[in-house]
Amino acid sequence: MIKVALVGAGKMGVSHLSILGAHPDVEIVGVCDTSKIVTNFLERYSKLDCYSDFGKMLDQVKPDAVFIAVPTKFHYQLIKMAMEKNIHVFAEKPFCLNTTEGRELISLAAKNKLVNQVGYHNKFVGTFKEVKRIIKLGMIGEVFHFVAESYGPVVTKPKQSSWRSKPEEGGGCLMDYASHVIDLVNDIVAPITEVKGATLKSIYSNTVEDAVYSVMSTTSNVSGILSVNWSEETYRKMSTTVTILGSKGKIISDANELKLYLKDENKEDYTKGWNVKYITDLTEQVNFNLRGEEYSAQIDYFVDAVMNRKPNTINTFQQAWETDKVIELLKRHK
Amino acid sequence: MIDRILFGDNQFFAVNHISDEKSRAQSIQFKNDDAILKTLDHAREAGLNTFMCTTHDRISSVCDVIRKNPIKYENYKIFPCMPYAHKYANAVTELGITGTIKQYVPGNLFGSLFKGGMAVLSKDYISLIELMIDAEMKMFKGIKTPVIFLQNVITDLLIGLKADEILMAFYNHVRKKHNAEPGFITMNMPKLYEILERNGVENPIICSSINKVGFRMSGKVEAYEEILRTKRGRFLAMQVLAGGAIPPEEAIEYICSLPNIESVLFGASSKRNIESTVSYINKFDEKHLTTAMAS
Repeated sequence: MIKVALVGAGKMGVSHLSILGAHPDVEIVGVCDTSKIVTNFLERYSKLDCYSDFGKMLDQVKPDAVFIAVPTKFHYQLIKMAMEKNIHVFAEKPFCLNTTEGRELISLAAKNKLVNQVGYHNKFVGTFKEVKRIIKLGMIGEVFHFVAESYGPVVTKPKQSSWRSKPEEGGGCLMDYASHVIDLVNDIVAPITEVKGATLKSIYSNTVEDAVYSVMSTTSNVSGILSVNWSEETYRKMSTTVTILGSKGKIISDANELKLYLKDENKEDYTKGWNVKYITDLTEQVNFNLRGEEYSAQIDYFVDAVMNRKPNTINTFQQAWETDKVIELLKRHK
Repeated sequence: MIDRILFGDNQFFAVNHISDEKSRAQSIQFKNDDAILKTLDHAREAGLNTFMCTTHDRISSVCDVIRKNPIKYENYKIFPCMPYAHKYANAVTELGITGTIKQYVPGNLFGSLFKGGMAVLSKDYISLIELMIDAEMKMFKGIKTPVIFLQNVITDLLIGLKADEILMAFYNHVRKKHNAEPGFITMNMPKLYEILERNGVENPIICSSINKVGFRMSGKVEAYEEILRTKRGRFLAMQVLAGGAIPPEEAIEYICSLPNIESVLFGASSKRNIESTVSYINKFDEKHLTTAMAS
């Protein structure tokens, strides 16, 4: 059993709380949020101890681990505070607003030997995990190009009012949507190191970009195109697709369906030509499911790492920092 | 009495669990309400007189047609499932939790709560939920809605938050105010059953994924089978084809062989698929009835 606290009970925070609440090895010892409307609810119905001061909460409840789901602007300060008190950290994505802050937190985590994870949940989606495996095994030969796309209907009207519309707090399509896709490419292809050109376009928002289009390349000289737009009402919810071209085949995958084309020969149970696998074949069952297995799977993984049952190698601060670096490169094109 | 087969609405709103491409094709096919109504007619011709649907904005036009043709839809029932979660989820991303409540809660109850320095009393949360239920139910006025469901995103969120009182607030309000039976959709059926049992709900209506491959059956498949075998309840099976992963005939043979499955919920876009699924259910139901009678 581990003691877990959470700060930031917004959309992701409440979702994490629910999954943590159902976890057999977790005791939720405290929740910190500035919204009375949320903390009153959690105190009254979930019988949770709520705080409005993060430091005070940590000192009083002494958690083993903390979930940080506040706007990105506050990540650095709160993560640092927790890690200095030797508390393991799961932080929401993106990691930090700049790479200097991120670098400092990576060293602190290493120095204090703390489990550190960032909420890029696509890494726990069955289809994307399989894409990574296929590429690693060289089944599509040498990868030479990728197209990474993500679309969804977040801002579909000209108005804005939350922190997501404030660039200085980590708002905008680049930080919110594009970060997911960049992180996925970094993981399954290779880290992106160069942004050859980019357009950060406002469609309905005045203060932030609603779309990011870019030509980029990776450490391994793979070229790629990024196309992300959160003002896309032809999508019911966020939908991420990667297309990866290799010398011996091609992959097109989203979170539901993986299509693999093999140029010349059979590999494992995949045969020459087109192959299709569905998420139903690739999903491991979780103990508790709230709106998708991957959200539970990433928390299970973090809890296992804190309890020394699994290595802390997926979605580490270091990997999330690589994504922050690409975000920084893209911002220069604003 | 819940019909043996319920017709679902995922296909109308581009909800496809295995393919984004199929989702888009469905968006195109069902762009006009006429296409939805025509498919509902195909389902009615196949004997399906219960439509289980989300409280999506477009359902209100379907409701208008049903109200205007009372003779045609004399025995027609709708099981509303609320809320249409993506509407709220996207709003929360854009407006935050407080902003979303302000936007969607009708009347000025919430306005007055905010003005009062956010001094929210527990009673007001329940009133808030009751108001939201009433608002979602408005479009069904004059239509038979004998069962009203809480969508899985909310049911499961509340299970994890251990907010039994809120689940029960939905249960009680649906019974009292809407004179209907409350139902719950969930991806965590055994956990939900335990909560409802603990809160004194007898013979609950629970709709959950139940299929041969265990897809979206969280926890252990054995726990699901155990509940079906030993507990009293009206269990509805959805995602019986596991999004298309199991061939229809095999999928339905499995579902019909399970004990205590009151109804099967499925959706389909074409007349042919509706008819074939219905015929499989009838076939395997008859087979099990014959076997049962013989023994």
